[in-house]
Amino acid sequence: MNAREEVLARLRSALGDGPAEVAVPRAYRRDSSHDPDQLAELFADRLADYRAGVHRTSVDRLAETVAALLSAGGPLAVPPDVPQPWLGAYDGRVLVDGTPAPLGTETLDGVASVLTGCATAIAETGTIVLDGGPAQGRRLLTLIPDHHICVVPVTDIVGTVPEGLERLVPTRPLTFISGPSATSDIELRRVEGVHGPRRLDVVLVR
Amino acid sequence: MNAAHGKGHLYGPARFERAARTELAKPQLRENLRHATHTIRDKRAEVVDELPDWEQLRESGRAIKAQVARRLPELLERFEAAAVRAGATVHWARDAEEACRIVTGLVQETGASEAVKVKSMTTQEIGLNEALEAAGIGAYETDLAELIVQLADDASSHILVPAIHYNREEIRDIFRQRMPGAADTLSDAPEELAEAARTHLRRRFLSARVAVSGANFAVADTGTLVVVESEGNGRMCLTLPDTLISVVGIDKLVPSFADLEVYLQLLPRSSTGERMNPYTSLWTGVTPGDGPQRMHIVLLDNGRSATLADPVGRQALSCIRCSACLNVCPVYERTGGHAYGSVYPGPIGAIISPQLTGVAENTSLPYASSLCGACNDVCPVKIDITDVLVRLRGQAVDSKRGSPSAERVAMRLLSWVMSDPRRYDRALRAARRGTAPLAALLGGRRTIRHLPWPLSAWTSSRDAPLPAAESFREWWQREQAQRGETP
Amino acid sequence: MKIALFVTCINDMMFPRTGVAVVRILERLGHRADFPQQQTCCGQLHANTGYQDEAMPVIRQFVRTFQGYDAVVAPSGSCVAMVRTLYPQLVGKDPDLAAAAAELTLRTYELSEFLIDVLGVTDLGASFPHRATYHPTCHGMRALRLGERPLELLRHVDGLELIPLEGAEECCGFGGTFSVKNPAVSGAMLDDKCAAVLHTGADYILAADNSCLTHIGGGLHRRQAAPRPLHYAEVLAS
Repeated sequence: MNAREEVLARLRSALGDGPAEVAVPRAYRRDSSHDPDQLAELFADRLADYRAGVHRTSVDRLAETVAALLSAGGPLAVPPDVPQPWLGAYDGRVLVDGTPAPLGTETLDGVASVLTGCATAIAETGTIVLDGGPAQGRRLLTLIPDHHICVVPVTDIVGTVPEGLERLVPTRPLTFISGPSATSDIELRRVEGVHGPRRLDVVLVR
Repeated sequence: MNAAHGKGHLYGPARFERAARTELAKPQLRENLRHATHTIRDKRAEVVDELPDWEQLRESGRAIKAQVARRLPELLERFEAAAVRAGATVHWARDAEEACRIVTGLVQETGASEAVKVKSMTTQEIGLNEALEAAGIGAYETDLAELIVQLADDASSHILVPAIHYNREEIRDIFRQRMPGAADTLSDAPEELAEAARTHLRRRFLSARVAVSGANFAVADTGTLVVVESEGNGRMCLTLPDTLISVVGIDKLVPSFADLEVYLQLLPRSSTGERMNPYTSLWTGVTPGDGPQRMHIVLLDNGRSATLADPVGRQALSCIRCSACLNVCPVYERTGGHAYGSVYPGPIGAIISPQLTGVAENTSLPYASSLCGACNDVCPVKIDITDVLVRLRGQAVDSKRGSPSAERVAMRLLSWVMSDPRRYDRALRAARRGTAPLAALLGGRRTIRHLPWPLSAWTSSRDAPLPAAESFREWWQREQAQRGETP
Repeated sequence: MKIALFVTCINDMMFPRTGVAVVRILERLGHRADFPQQQTCCGQLHANTGYQDEAMPVIRQFVRTFQGYDAVVAPSGSCVAMVRTLYPQLVGKDPDLAAAAAELTLRTYELSEFLIDVLGVTDLGASFPHRATYHPTCHGMRALRLGERPLELLRHVDGLELIPLEGAEECCGFGGTFSVKNPAVSGAMLDDKCAAVLHTGADYILAADNSCLTHIGGGLHRRQAAPRPLHYAEVLAS
């Protein structure tokens, strides 16, 4: 018997007592009772709690807000389909992943910031979710640079984790990001900044 | 089919009570543990109180896992099919040794001489690092706490925070002495220590060709794996190398993607006391042009099927490794994780380890608890840990029925006395008569400092009272007689 | 109402005054408790140490003794927890016993449950002009969910000053045979509990279990410290 057959046979034999069917109650909340403004405020509050930067802006002023966050200069990496208007006020160097070639890890290690959108955002937990969809790019883009700027239209913010998951396609590569990289490994005290981006700026667009 | 038990880092060289005594003698350790467990305990309580539906989430978390246990063979087959469809290769391992052999072979196939590792209890359980090193492959832990423990050549002492037994000064000293390139001027500020770890591992991440991970959850419907982490070391390992090997205990399954909405709420709040951990990665097989292009999944039994066979004990397989039970356990708080001898310490370890190895191989762990029940109250999937402990104590006793034991003789005698009121009554009187001379000797004092073995264990740290001069039933009989009623 | 007192074996032998206190409290409320003399022990020591087979005859004796009473009242959170939470599991193999035990489980009460939930009384007219602190024992707190009940009764005691105990919800380290099998850990837990008790400056340490009180009291006695262990029933009867 190969390992697969043997493990499955062991399990079937272990369940010889035919344990009863289990009813799975789902009495937890699916949504929060917040309106869009409250959601945006809750999201901002949670992000700030993780020491992420939160910047509120409008569609008209988005380019300005992004440029201000990039004032330190240094090359900026972006996914190939980043909306051009986002970069309208930035005059520094921009490296586009995939044009002409995918950016290598060494190159990305040398960029200062990365600018992306997101698939959805969850207010209660202060989470942005990337799924490789529009304006998000490959996973390593938002991992290697030390500074991640994420543009979140307030209409993309949902209240709860169940609402967030509902909007996702399970088989896409998904990354849930809640604040900058952090650790609690020393005396169980949270410290921001280890291997992932040490700075996370979230731009909320109304 | 006979239950096949697991092997690996699931028991220590000494029985718990002996190892605990050694650990208790380290005042710095006790101080570190007290500080850390109380810090995380309070944080957890705060973020749990914030959710109005915490109890409903726990109940769903429990029920989903109970359902998984019931449907495990079918769900594993579903998971395998979905993962294969998505481009992963699935391997099955009966035990630790087989899993190590598979992973070692897979690394060797790539020609790489080292692998970066995401923190994983399962790979620790099977002793994967040792196996890889024996094959000439360097296995590098990248989680900060795992790195500390690996640099110190120590063993982990907590499920979530393996270096919980060290304080910041000790970690600074380990880095200064053992971490290549660490400055002699490195301070003990946690920010600076984290920065040192970042610098130390950066090049290794960027050049790694093979990564080894575990998984917090495996979704049967979609073949998706989930890793929950904080530092970004997990994302580095899951994204940058070309080959990813994930060792997944067969207990990690959840039926559907939507079930994650329960566990992604329960786990972070229970483990680090955060609303959500900084990074959670979910991936399904291979995504062309993004992340590892070769994906291997090793499904591990190593005693889990044997655990499933016990109708009470099987609830231990629901564990999502949050470690909330460790953080509230008064025993863990004082002994730390090393006393348990297993990679799974604390209350949950005391029910997981003996079931994976077979209780006969691990008889002291079920007794490593005062049965206070603090663990049950915080468990996000409502495992009745104390119930399982009592169950396993029974199995520990049964496993030794063949050999003589003073304890069993005493317990049988006591049972014989207690099951008959006349014998019980005589025993009560005898106990008082037996201790009467002692009471006279002690004058008015009705406490004693030194009892003979085995009760000397009691008087090692507290005085013992003597039986009352008149038992309750004697009082009752006297009282009834005075009232003119026949007793 | 036919009320039986289950005094528990440790109280019978070591702390008869606690049993007397329960009898007096009930008398004061106009109830006459019976003390069925066939009673011995609930079997917890055996069951919790892993001697389930040896526990069975003791459990049978318990069920035989208390069948036919409307209420069984015990001054012990731990022993009541044994009956209520472990009996249903342990007696599962024996259908007749299981049925009798299941029925009995519903009618077995820790003293404060009986006084508050069944009799609806909180003020027992007691007087105890002392400073005391209260340790909620683990089985009372977590297995029976006694909550504030004992404290609610104590708050009505005339002259009693109740001082909060820091880390009250932490186990004292007794745990039955745990204290003998793991004496070092048990002793370390006791150290902290004694320190917390001493910190209150109370004259008495009260609890719903004389087993835990023996442990804590033994620790305090070893330290030659002043607070005296006392079952809360004895305060309510004063």
